[in-house]
Amino acid sequence: MRIPIDTYRLANGLFVTLSEDHTAPIVAVNLWYHVGSANERTGRTGFAHLFEHMLFQGSAQVGANEHFELVQRAGGTLNGSTWLERTNYFETIPSNQLALALWLEADRMGYLLPAMTQQKLDTQRDVVKNERRWSVDNQPYGTWWERLPALAYPPHHPFHHSLIGSMEDLSQASLEDVATFFATYYTPDNAVLSIAGDFDPAEARVLVERYFGPIPAGGRKPPLPDMSLPPTFGEWTREVVPDNVVVPRLFLAFRSPVFGSHDYYAASVLGAILGMGKGSRFQRHLVRERRIASDATAFTFDLAKGADILVADVTAHPEVSSDVLEAEVAREIDDVYRNGVSGAEVERAVALIETGFVSAMQSAGDRADRLSMFATFFGDPSLANEQTDRYREVTAEDVNRFARDRLGEDNRVSLLYVPRPPGTEEGESEPGVESGEEVGAL
Amino acid sequence: MTPRDTNDMNAMNRSNQHDAGSTAAVGEPAPAPLPRPEPGAPRPYHFPVFERVTLDNGLGVVVAPVRALPMATVMLVSDAGASAEPVGHEGVANLTARALLEGTNRSGSNVTEMFERLGASIGAGADWDVATVAMTALSPRLDEAMQLFGEVILDPSFPERELERLRAERLADILQLTAEPRGLANEMFSRVLYESSSRYARPEDGSASTVRSLGRSEVESFYRARYQPSVSTLIVVGDVSVEDGVKLARKVLGDWKGSASESAPVIAAPARTSRAVHIVPKAEAPQSELRVGHIGLPRSHPDYFPVLVMNSVLGGLFSSRINLNLREVHGYTYGAFSGYAWRRGPGPFVVSTAVKSDVTAESAREILLEIERMRTDTISEDELSLATSYLGGVFPIRYETTDAIARALSALVAYRLPPDYFDSYRDKVRAVTKVDVLQAADRHLHPEELQLLVVGDPDVVRTPLEELGFGPVEMLSADLEGSELETVEQEGGR
Repeated sequence: MRIPIDTYRLANGLFVTLSEDHTAPIVAVNLWYHVGSANERTGRTGFAHLFEHMLFQGSAQVGANEHFELVQRAGGTLNGSTWLERTNYFETIPSNQLALALWLEADRMGYLLPAMTQQKLDTQRDVVKNERRWSVDNQPYGTWWERLPALAYPPHHPFHHSLIGSMEDLSQASLEDVATFFATYYTPDNAVLSIAGDFDPAEARVLVERYFGPIPAGGRKPPLPDMSLPPTFGEWTREVVPDNVVVPRLFLAFRSPVFGSHDYYAASVLGAILGMGKGSRFQRHLVRERRIASDATAFTFDLAKGADILVADVTAHPEVSSDVLEAEVAREIDDVYRNGVSGAEVERAVALIETGFVSAMQSAGDRADRLSMFATFFGDPSLANEQTDRYREVTAEDVNRFARDRLGEDNRVSLLYVPRPPGTEEGESEPGVESGEEVGAL
Repeated sequence: MTPRDTNDMNAMNRSNQHDAGSTAAVGEPAPAPLPRPEPGAPRPYHFPVFERVTLDNGLGVVVAPVRALPMATVMLVSDAGASAEPVGHEGVANLTARALLEGTNRSGSNVTEMFERLGASIGAGADWDVATVAMTALSPRLDEAMQLFGEVILDPSFPERELERLRAERLADILQLTAEPRGLANEMFSRVLYESSSRYARPEDGSASTVRSLGRSEVESFYRARYQPSVSTLIVVGDVSVEDGVKLARKVLGDWKGSASESAPVIAAPARTSRAVHIVPKAEAPQSELRVGHIGLPRSHPDYFPVLVMNSVLGGLFSSRINLNLREVHGYTYGAFSGYAWRRGPGPFVVSTAVKSDVTAESAREILLEIERMRTDTISEDELSLATSYLGGVFPIRYETTDAIARALSALVAYRLPPDYFDSYRDKVRAVTKVDVLQAADRHLHPEELQLLVVGDPDVVRTPLEELGFGPVEMLSADLEGSELETVEQEGGR
């Protein structure tokens, strides 16, 4: 299946993608800014995400939280999220409200700073600290989002540090940081605007030009350091984390090719062979047959710069020790490394991926988000239409070559959570380690 | 494909847009912002047209042709939810539903393999009221996938070995709950709300003691009693005509024979009728998980729409009173929401949030004030229009996918809603007035009956909660006598 895609640029550099579909009278507006936690400076971990919260605190003509209110009053849904390489903002609204959504996004892209106050920053800092407590500190295994990237990327690599940020760094963030970050990264030439759903293309072009056209282009943003990494870790690094958990859980990661590259698709298919669906290897062997695990998945982070990671995430069955868990997962990986996978396994994985892809494309918001993603990373939203073909081209030989290159013992990091023995004290928490999942504004 | 400049985030910036004949050059201040636009004329929306027929064997069939993409979702809805479980067999509904996919005359792994080779995603489970088996497949593989779908419904073998695994997985979930404050708070809240003999006082998927006692005979007898065509409906949504959808249903499930009566309503008496505070200790917790509420009302209640709007003003949306107060005014939390859990019987009304430990009592006080204010003051015109235009507006956005439409139709079946329910939904929302909302708050919010449950650090929260004067403070442990969580603790000690 293919969706219609029309692409152009405004004079100020804003990349625009339109995809018409009149199935329902709704339209999705989606903005990706090419900035994420990777762009944070030393001592400001968590700032990209805190900044995302500030974008809901009003702009020249929009009051604090009025963005939410106006969209919801219009009958729409909205949110934003921050990831290592990008930050996105999105609304799905009744199609007669398209102009409102564009106006709101343009008002904050063009005129944010007049609305920023110390009090708003202080409140959002507290909100984000609570988000950190909620999603990381007070959740079993919650620290994996920062510990795994810290293990998988070397210190000072832009993907190494915490996306949600340390409490200390969040406390340091100032209004001046807000102004600088805004001027540097929130410019039309560092953004992609996608509109998907029920709209008239001519009218949409007029509206986009009207609201976004007057916003000046930015200056050059500071380049990221060289993010390239060797194809493998070079050794097997292990970290064991005693935590307030009742059963062990293992995250085993492999350095893998960047999102969108030829070998990425082999890695992605291997992830599905290992951990997608009840018929995956982990589910069949570890959950169903050997009862080592109560839950098991595998996935890629989908990072487009430097190097991606393929992650196996396996939670132990209650009576299985952490040693057995680690050994049994390694045995599964070793088997793929030595003996490879079959063509039938590739077919199963690709069939499931394809159904998931078509299902997702029913949603205007999902379509717009994918167009923004391919436009942001590769300057080419039409790649969204080629994804099923890319997956169908993957052969067992491709997967097995990837496995031989990347699943060896020289390319593993493991993060093993074990129940803290009763009566032991909680260790010092380490400040400033890294990543979070896509963190929503809600 | 080779990605373009994947290591260089300035790839896009280097293209020529800076030099193009700009309407706005680098460094120039932006001109004055434009005023907020008015909406255009709304385009009409209709929930997908569907037809409902009954086959000769009593099976209901609902077909909604949605031809946008070459795919379909098929969902069986049976009156086989947790509410229909025999006493002492709590958990058998979900276990049975999940076990349907674990083997026929083929092995469970063979069945799974066949579905997945077809790219069919399939899942089964039970909620309080119904069990559902749902499958989504692309059109070219739908007929083949449907044959297998019929097989797992009509001819499950419930292999003992797989049942044992599913039991162990549920026991593992219960065990994990003891360390997971959100799930623990939800589970414990049901227990302080409902009188202990009510089915709603126990976990939807069963407690450790009951789950451990469930064997093949319990599963088989529940299956025989509850999975019958007369209390089941097959929903087909997607790239299928009504005629073909009915044909497919008849071909696959037309030979299904048997009948059952509708399940009896759940008795839902409250555990207490006056306010109380319940602390579940979690030493050194950086946050408190708060649940504040009381028993709500059944889905079929005539006040459903006024209550829906009332709750949207109170705590159903980001822009609702409770979230703006706790999050945006005070910065106590990442989010705070209220909701009525809709079931055939009266599910809980609950305000849920996680707040920094040292503001636990303050947060509870603000929540209480917001609930009381809903009952004393008429809401503003602005608040009413926000709630009603939101609920009406997002309606089409909720039903973009075949899966979401099938779920909506399953609610129609499960709650026995009228056939014009979706077509009249937006009118009913818009008809709600400020007076209706005040009345709904008066009838369905009960500040004197509120239970406050806190999973948090007792050293930090206990004294302030006592001083708050909300109600008597009781310390609960996660291993209450006779509870599943006590059993969990024993298991964890092994």
